Amino acid sequence: MMPYTTRTGTGAVVASFGIAIVLTILPLPEWLRYLRPEWVTLMVIFWSLAVPGRINVGTGWLMGLVIDILYGTLIGQHALALAVVSFITARLHQQIRIYPMWQQALSVFTLVALNQLLVVWVKGIVGQPPKTWFYWVPSLTSALIWPWIYIFMREVQRRYKVMDERTGT
Amino acid sequence: MVSVLLMIADHRVHYLESVRASLATIVYPVQFVVDAPVSMSNWLGDNLTTRATLQEENQRLRAEETVLKAQLQRYISLEMENMRLRRLLDSTTQLGDRLQVAELLAIDLDPFTRQVLINKGLQHDIYVGQPVLDADGIFGQVIHTTPLNSVVMLVTDPGHALPVHVNRNGLRAIAAGTGNNQKLELLYIPNNADIKAGDLLLTSGLGGTFPAGYPVGIVTEVTPDSTQAYATVYAEPKALLDQSREVMLLWTDKTLPPLGGEKLDAKLSAKAGAAAPASNAPAAAAPAPAVVLPAPIDIRNLPPGEVE
Repeated sequence: MMPYTTRTGTGAVVASFGIAIVLTILPLPEWLRYLRPEWVTLMVIFWSLAVPGRINVGTGWLMGLVIDILYGTLIGQHALALAVVSFITARLHQQIRIYPMWQQALSVFTLVALNQLLVVWVKGIVGQPPKTWFYWVPSLTSALIWPWIYIFMREVQRRYKVMDERTGT
Repeated sequence: MVSVLLMIADHRVHYLESVRASLATIVYPVQFVVDAPVSMSNWLGDNLTTRATLQEENQRLRAEETVLKAQLQRYISLEMENMRLRRLLDSTTQLGDRLQVAELLAIDLDPFTRQVLINKGLQHDIYVGQPVLDADGIFGQVIHTTPLNSVVMLVTDPGHALPVHVNRNGLRAIAAGTGNNQKLELLYIPNNADIKAGDLLLTSGLGGTFPAGYPVGIVTEVTPDSTQAYATVYAEPKALLDQSREVMLLWTDKTLPPLGGEKLDAKLSAKAGAAAPASNAPAAAAPAPAVVLPAPIDIRNLPPGEVE
C-alpha cells in the first residue's frame, strides 16, 4: 500500500474547479446558453461527495464567491447557495454514494435546484427575479450530465489519489 | 452567516465595490483565458486578409470618409450656429463629449440579465454610471468597474430604465428593459398620447446619467388599452446589442476626468462663453474656437472643448 496523505492530489481538485469556471463563462450561442449545466455546482457536489473531509462548506462558499465576482451578481449570493449545497452533500455523502446512478442523478437534480432556488430567492429580494421558466433548465441538464461527470471524475480521483481520512476507496 | 452579511453590505451600502474590484483582478486571468481564443482568431483574421481585400476595403473606407467629412462640414457650421444662438438666449452651452472605444470580451455572464464585460476599467477613468454607446445608439451603462475591465448593463436588462423623449413631438417617456434584446417597453404612456410606430426615441438627459439627444430606439408597437390607465408601447433599440463588438464610452462635460492636472467645472465652462474666456479656463482652453466633434473616434486625446 502506498503512503497517501490527505494532501495528495490537491492539484487535480484545483484544476477541476478551474476547468469548471472556464466552462461557466465560455461563450455559447444564444439558444445553448439556457442549457448550460452548472459546472461549478457539479464539481462542488462531486468533491463533497468523494472527499467530504477536504472539500466541504468552505470550498463551496469560496467557489460561490468566485461566481459572484465573475457574474457581477450580488457578492455572497452564489456563495450562500453553494455553501448550503456542499454542506448537505457532505452530510449525506455516505447515503448518496451508494445510490444507483439514476438515483444519484435525481439527488443531483434536487441539489442543483436547491442551489438555484436559493439564488432566485436572493434575486427576488433584491428585485430582479428572472421572468421565464427557462431559469430552471440548468438543474435538468446538470442532472442529465451527472453520470458522465461522475464516471470521469471518479477516474481522475483514482488516478491522482485524492483521498481524505473518511474515504474508503 | 457571512454570506448574508456580505449580500446586505453589497446591496445596501455599496461598501464592497472596492473589494469586488480587487477580487475581480484575481479572476481576471480566467476571463483572459476564456477570451483568448476568440481574440486570437479575430487577430488571425485581421492579419491573414489578402491584399486585394485590404485594397478594396481601403477604397471603400476612403469613399466613406469623404462623404462623412462633407457631412461633418455642415455639422460644424450648424453646431457653431447653434452655440451662437444659445449664447444669444443666454442658456447653458452644450459642450462636446469625450469618447473612448472599448471592446467586448467574449465572456458569458448570467443569461437572465443583459450584461457584458468590456476591456476598459478604472485604469482608463471608467466610472460607475458611465453611458456606453455603439455606432447606432445608446448601448447601456457601466455598473461595476475593476482596474482592467468593467461590466456594462445593456438598455434591455430587466433592471434598466432610461428617460427618453419622442423626437417628433418631445413627448417624454421612460424606456425600460424587458430582458429581450429586441424590445424596450415604454412605461406610463397615456392612452391618448401622440405616439405611433416608427417614432424615433432620443435620450432626454433628464436622468442625469445619459446626455441628451442620442438615439435610443424606434417605436414598433402601440396598443392603447381602454381598460388600463396606460397604453402598452414597445420599441426596438437602435444599438446593435447582439452584434456590436466595439462600444464607445462617453464622458460628458460634467464627468470629464481631469486632463493635464486641471478639472473643468461645468458651471465655469458654461459661463465662459459670456465672460472673458481667459479668466476662467487658462490652460485647457483650446486656442482656436474649438468645437469638439462627437463622431470621429480619434478625438479621445483632445482636451475638453471650451467654447470661445
